[in-house]
Amino acid sequence: MKIVVCVKQVPDTKGGVKFNPDGTLDRGAMLAIMNPDDKAGLEAALRLKDEYGAEVTVLTMGLPKAEEVLREAMAMGADKGILVTDRVLGGADTWATSTTLAGALRNLEYDLIITGRQAIDGDTAQVGPQISEHLDLPVISYAKDIKIEGDSVVVERQYDDRYHVLKAKMPCLVTALSELNEPRYMTPGGIFDAYDAEITVWGRKDLKDVDDANLGLNGSPTKIAKASDKVRKGAGEKVELDADESVAYIMGKLKEKHVI
Amino acid sequence: MDFTLSKKHEMARQLFKDFAETEVKPLAQEVDETEHFPMATVEKMGKYGFMGIPIPKEYGGQGCDILSYVMCVEELSKVCGTTGVVVSAHTSLCADPILTYGTEEQKKKYLPDLASGKKIGAFGLTEPGAGTDAQGVQTKAVLDGDEWVLNGSKCFITNGEVGDIYIIIAYTDVVEDKRGRKVKKFSAFIVEKGTPGFSFGTKEKKMGIRGSSTYELIFQDCRIPKDALLGPQGKGFPIAMHTLDGGRIGIASQALGLAEGALERTIEYTKERKQFGRSISAQQNTQFQLADMATKVEAARNLVYKAAMKKQQFAEGQKVSYSVEAAMAKLYAAEVAMEVTTKAVQLHGGYGYIREYDVERMMRDAKITEIYEGTSEVQRMVISGSLLK
Repeated sequence: MKIVVCVKQVPDTKGGVKFNPDGTLDRGAMLAIMNPDDKAGLEAALRLKDEYGAEVTVLTMGLPKAEEVLREAMAMGADKGILVTDRVLGGADTWATSTTLAGALRNLEYDLIITGRQAIDGDTAQVGPQISEHLDLPVISYAKDIKIEGDSVVVERQYDDRYHVLKAKMPCLVTALSELNEPRYMTPGGIFDAYDAEITVWGRKDLKDVDDANLGLNGSPTKIAKASDKVRKGAGEKVELDADESVAYIMGKLKEKHVI
Repeated sequence: MDFTLSKKHEMARQLFKDFAETEVKPLAQEVDETEHFPMATVEKMGKYGFMGIPIPKEYGGQGCDILSYVMCVEELSKVCGTTGVVVSAHTSLCADPILTYGTEEQKKKYLPDLASGKKIGAFGLTEPGAGTDAQGVQTKAVLDGDEWVLNGSKCFITNGEVGDIYIIIAYTDVVEDKRGRKVKKFSAFIVEKGTPGFSFGTKEKKMGIRGSSTYELIFQDCRIPKDALLGPQGKGFPIAMHTLDGGRIGIASQALGLAEGALERTIEYTKERKQFGRSISAQQNTQFQLADMATKVEAARNLVYKAAMKKQQFAEGQKVSYSVEAAMAKLYAAEVAMEVTTKAVQLHGGYGYIREYDVERMMRDAKITEIYEGTSEVQRMVISGSLLK
């Protein structure tokens, strides 16, 4: 079985988000990490490798520095790393990103493509499903469990209050939630091997069946007008009432806001 | 000369740091309070290869260098001195002499299980009457047919009762030196747990590294196979000394980690703690103390990493000695650990004396680094010996 996992290097938002004066993310001031949902997707692929035997390739698009997440993935147990990097691909939105990754994936053999549900620096959750559209593959998003049955995958798809069990014939694409698993640590020997290994680097010319009009900043229909950190919620309104009055008060507020 | 860590070493450090913060730090206080050996942590470390970092891949190890191993002990010790010494004694005092002096059969037999953490390693030289003075060793090994018969006892043995494989130093001969004085000739042996005649005595109750399993080992007509001899017969003393040279780099890393951990917590605390309407980090006394602590930690780190690199050259086959570098690293790092942890407690004020605060434990843990695997005085003997020869 051949599995390709798409990963993204993102700024670590744990310590807060930092911005440049022009409102864009100050990536240099934040630690770069592997996107958590993608890491869960990688762990899922490595568990399938442990259980069924598989070749796991990690694919990323980004700056040359993004090779770090490929080395990390290989130190965890992935077999190959491919970095797609080119100036003309910079400034890509989800459409241009998925077009690029699909162009890279057309060069590869795969039974299963796993992506994270969404990246913590964009929170769009669009790239995975868009790749499946480009490649005309079935997609199952929000996976909290992935199993293989013959030539199909069986996935538990998470909802707020329930989950669906879905089966799809491979090749297909699955998007993973960080709740899917607890990713393994790297090993020291794995790190040394990963730094001895070759990373395949592809540019624009290596992308298959893609149109320049759909790549990079110029090929991105979405333009970011302004970005900001989460707006802190105010302290709210505090009232001291007994139980009956509280219910009446809350009902009144909900009606006032047209919630009920 | 480049003091910058390579990217792979940076990534290895990040791994050890993440593991220490997530898996080790939450247990450190309990391990100390209850004197509980962190077996579950050791199993996890085994799974991820931490118990065999410098062991070559052909023997089931990670095939990494000494610097990676040093950084592992350092990062673990930043949050828990006990966990740091478990890895250090296991790797430097048991796996390393087998790798350096073992026959191919011994390496194949013992190293894979040590590297995977399936078995824990220990080393026994010290006895009630023999510490710095190795001639005081009373444990004796006599060849009887195809077996060695061991009699005697060892004390203060790290990984004592939890160990599976022990390197034991015993005398095998008494010869006369040039002046006609009787001198013991020592040999090194590999002894497995469960061998009849090998038992454990008292568990030591210690000031610090309280989770570490420190025991007395007792040998009463303990029969081990003839091929349990490690290295040539009569060469036990140089084997023990060479093993301790490596061990000192491990303990120096533990000391470095303790000092760094105490400094980190003190920086956090002094920024939060308010007196006279401002944080105590705004006081010049605090600032100067922190500056001195950080400078000494940095100097210790450079000595420890330099010793690690020298040992790496030896491991790669160069004919170099790292004995003096190891002694300097351990001497300095241990004294810095004691000084920095003591200052850390002082800067924490009354809270620093309370067990709830990590620096209290770190100060107790630091003291042993000036004592075991050669006291600071022994390190000074080694260093001055090289100057005055």
